[in-house]
Amino acid sequence: MKLAVMVNEGPYQHQSADSALQFVRAALSKGHEIFRVFFYHDGVNNSTRFPVPPQDDRNIVDSWSKLAAEHNIDLVVCIAAAQRRGILDADEAKRQGKDGNNIAPGFRISGLGQLIEAGIQADRLVVFGD
Amino acid sequence: MAQLHTVNKSPFERNAFVSCLEHAKEGSGILLFEDGVYAAMNGTAVADKVKAALSGRSLYVLGPDVKARGLSEDNVIDGVKVVDYEGFVDLVTEYDKVQSWL
Repeated sequence: MKLAVMVNEGPYQHQSADSALQFVRAALSKGHEIFRVFFYHDGVNNSTRFPVPPQDDRNIVDSWSKLAAEHNIDLVVCIAAAQRRGILDADEAKRQGKDGNNIAPGFRISGLGQLIEAGIQADRLVVFGD
Repeated sequence: MAQLHTVNKSPFERNAFVSCLEHAKEGSGILLFEDGVYAAMNGTAVADKVKAALSGRSLYVLGPDVKARGLSEDNVIDGVKVVDYEGFVDLVTEYDKVQSWL
């Protein structure tokens, strides 16, 4: 089955980023397709590549990036939510006159249309958040 | 058309679980995970509501989240089914739609 996931909570906030990761892993292990993971609200904080958690802690951002690379998952970050929170890719950093970007590998910045499309194209949309 | 409701907040923190019970139609499923698992335990202030909901609706609780809170699956209310993450995925596919109560 084709599944889409929305994440509305940042990493290390409560548990939703971890829950979403575990859900996506379980879905993949059962042979389902993950059509897209859409990051909205504080969920966009999952997409900055600069977090340096303690070595004995899980690295949530890296986990997303690895999952995306291994399973070719589309990780989409809401542009309006991202800009409010200082999440930029190279193009946006240039357009906004900022001195750098911080988007993590495997993520791309786009708009809410991507969420609507996921809702239409996927068989189920599962929301994780605060 | 049967719907799966997911609740991830403790019933002692927010009223999402009680609202969910009031909206969930017969034949629907309710999955408790994250802090929502507290609602599935015996002896709490919402236990009677959970037991009443079990007639006509199916309740599930995510086992790993029960254990992560130092709670015992033995103390889950009779009739509430314990599932793992793969079981979570199965529920999402078995029900027609998923409503997340955040």
